[in-house]
Amino acid sequence: MSTYKLDYLDQLESEAIHIMREVAGQFERPALLFSGGKDSITLVHLALKAFRPGKFPFPLVHIDTGHNFQEALDFRDWLAESLGEKLIVRYVEDTIREKKLKEPTGRNASRNALQTFTLLDTIEEFEFDACIGGARRDEEKARAKERVFSVRDEFGSWDPKLQRPELWNIYNGKIHKGENVRVFPISNWTELDVWNYIKRENIALPSIYFAHERELILRDGKLLATAKGVIQTEETDQLVTRKVRFRTVGDISCTAAVESDADTLEAAIAEIQATRISERGETRIDDQVSEAAMEDRKKGGYF
Amino acid sequence: MDLLRFITAGSVDDGKSTLIGRLLYDSKSILADQMEAIERASKSRDDGEIDLALLTDGLRSEREQGITIDVAYRYFQTTKRKFIIVDAPGHIQYTRNMVTGASNCQLAVVLVDARHGVVEQTRRHSLIASMLGIPHLVVAINKMDLVDYSQDVFSNICIHYNELAQKLDVGEVTYIPLSALNGDNVVEKSANMPWYEGEPLLSYLETVELDHDENLTDARFPVQYVIRPQTAELHDYRGYAGKITSGIFRKGDSVTVLPTGETSTIDAIEMAETHFDEAFAPMSVVLHLADDVDVSRGNLIVKSESLPIVSQNVEAMLCWMDSKPLKAGNKYTLQHGTFRTRCAVRDIVYQLNVNTYEEKEDVESLKLNDIARIVLKTAKPVSFDPYDKNRVNGGAILIDETSNVTVGALMLQKEAV
Ligand SMILES: Nc1nc2c(ncn2[C@@H]2O[C@H](COP(=O)(O)OP(=O)(O)O)[C@@H](O)[C@H]2O)c(=O)[nH]1
Repeated sequence: MSTYKLDYLDQLESEAIHIMREVAGQFERPALLFSGGKDSITLVHLALKAFRPGKFPFPLVHIDTGHNFQEALDFRDWLAESLGEKLIVRYVEDTIREKKLKEPTGRNASRNALQTFTLLDTIEEFEFDACIGGARRDEEKARAKERVFSVRDEFGSWDPKLQRPELWNIYNGKIHKGENVRVFPISNWTELDVWNYIKRENIALPSIYFAHERELILRDGKLLATAKGVIQTEETDQLVTRKVRFRTVGDISCTAAVESDADTLEAAIAEIQATRISERGETRIDDQVSEAAMEDRKKGGYF
Repeated sequence: MDLLRFITAGSVDDGKSTLIGRLLYDSKSILADQMEAIERASKSRDDGEIDLALLTDGLRSEREQGITIDVAYRYFQTTKRKFIIVDAPGHIQYTRNMVTGASNCQLAVVLVDARHGVVEQTRRHSLIASMLGIPHLVVAINKMDLVDYSQDVFSNICIHYNELAQKLDVGEVTYIPLSALNGDNVVEKSANMPWYEGEPLLSYLETVELDHDENLTDARFPVQYVIRPQTAELHDYRGYAGKITSGIFRKGDSVTVLPTGETSTIDAIEMAETHFDEAFAPMSVVLHLADDVDVSRGNLIVKSESLPIVSQNVEAMLCWMDSKPLKAGNKYTLQHGTFRTRCAVRDIVYQLNVNTYEEKEDVESLKLNDIARIVLKTAKPVSFDPYDKNRVNGGAILIDETSNVTVGALMLQKEAV
């Protein structure tokens, strides 16, 4: 066996670094969309590998739904501060007020759709021409077909029929004024790859990824975090205390917890390896509405 | 553990989706909720049987028409290897999608329906696999259950395919008889075909030798970005960020910067402040040169002992990917790695018939999905290797200057006279 061989994690890492550097090389005003979740934390780590000892050629941008876990927000601030990198936060709350948007109400209402407005406004405000995101193709069927460089029109829309061919490792980021590109450096990573990488690289994560005691709402067999003003309680809801962890750290209103004893990275990975339910199905409440839910949101400018 | 990217190609209804579904299902890569979604969707169909093919149908319009339009990527792993399945549509109308999918693959699985044998689509899919330089090819002869698992049928198809392979420059070819629907020779060896002595598809995919696929002789490093912190303590720091696309670089190596031709030696190789004595493809690193030479994005750093071709006249195979036709005289932007230059089409040498492999000369223009040999004249010299020697440094794209869309895939061949 030849010694000049890269392990798969090194291959994925190198591919992601290459993509980030293409963004730096091809765009005037890129941004890294940072959600506080493990995927975007992994992106930040990859950016360190791509650009240190230099500064990041882009700010970290967070679209705050107002429904985020406090632990994730604290972690976000700490990370940006300790790296000395620029953080821009824009609030869905402000968009709702300024645009007099109607908030979805009722069962499992979430601000996921409204987030798109704030994102598009932020892109316009800073004239971002490329936004790096942590989406993976294994998450969902429509994503499985999206390119690494995904060109969006002025309205942020994705047209699955008009995707640019993407060959070898050549990325074509040429766009017209007003258009922008969403870039997904970890497209080819699976959830398990991300976890294994986090472990190998010893990357710090917000505490909610690990098992902890918490008060929760039990609804339709799913465990939701309690949050004042975010989740309306219903008659059939049961208040329970359980030891849980979160597999994704999205909007509180649509992120369910899983019961777990995994309080270390090793234990969390072991659980993920054993689990027979995919990440989105287990914890994202908003994707189950319809088969084509994600595709429709993307066409409307969602990430 | 290593990683294998492979593409699957076949005509509509050859059983590609079923095969992929079977690989994912039998390797236990389908998770419970995904299975439930498939069961739900299967019920809303007429027959009500669980349809493994539904796993791979992504977009709504595709689900409605029941065909695969764009390239979809699937991921699974076994204890031996990680796999990325590049699921490309088979119809001629989607040749460009298959070319896109094939460009990064080390292996292609070409499906053949045992009842129909080698058909026009098989010839086209094999041509694309060969043109894109995919080193390993599996001819998966599917639906063996519908031909009574007959060895004769299998052998005849192998003989027939072998004739075709002779005309193409295909890499290593392996033939596997299978039934995707019943699972014969997909993951488990088939009891229905005791005459078949080879491995089932999955074991072949797990063990096929990939070591020799990477070009480790010609060291190439396209510069993506220059890192210059310009802080007090790193005042003179100047690092060239990029990914080694082929070969090995070592500290102290003599290198040439192209297309300028300036020379220097490698002073240091690092990545995020960790230093290496050597680095090889496909690592992303930062190179430091001993001399103060002029290097920026778009330059190619190569080891001076093996120089690529540097020329403004390039002969290439082209897959045309736009609905606007390509004509001699048209101008485009050419992108080769990180390097961009304007170019003009000097000549269409011949168009290749993708089914018969005949070369047709005196062609006026090329349509969407046409494949041709062309000659380009570039504004600045391109530093490339022949595609069959070096897939990454031999590949390039054409970009339309008004729409900015990628309109052509180029396999660069040689300097044109
Ligand atoms: N009898 C038999 N039918 C098969 C086999 N593989 C696929 N099929 C059927 O052939 C049809 C087309 O298969 P599908 O996977 O959708 O083909 P695709 O268009 O290549 O993706 C479906 O009805 C499958 O059930 C096989 O090995 N044997």
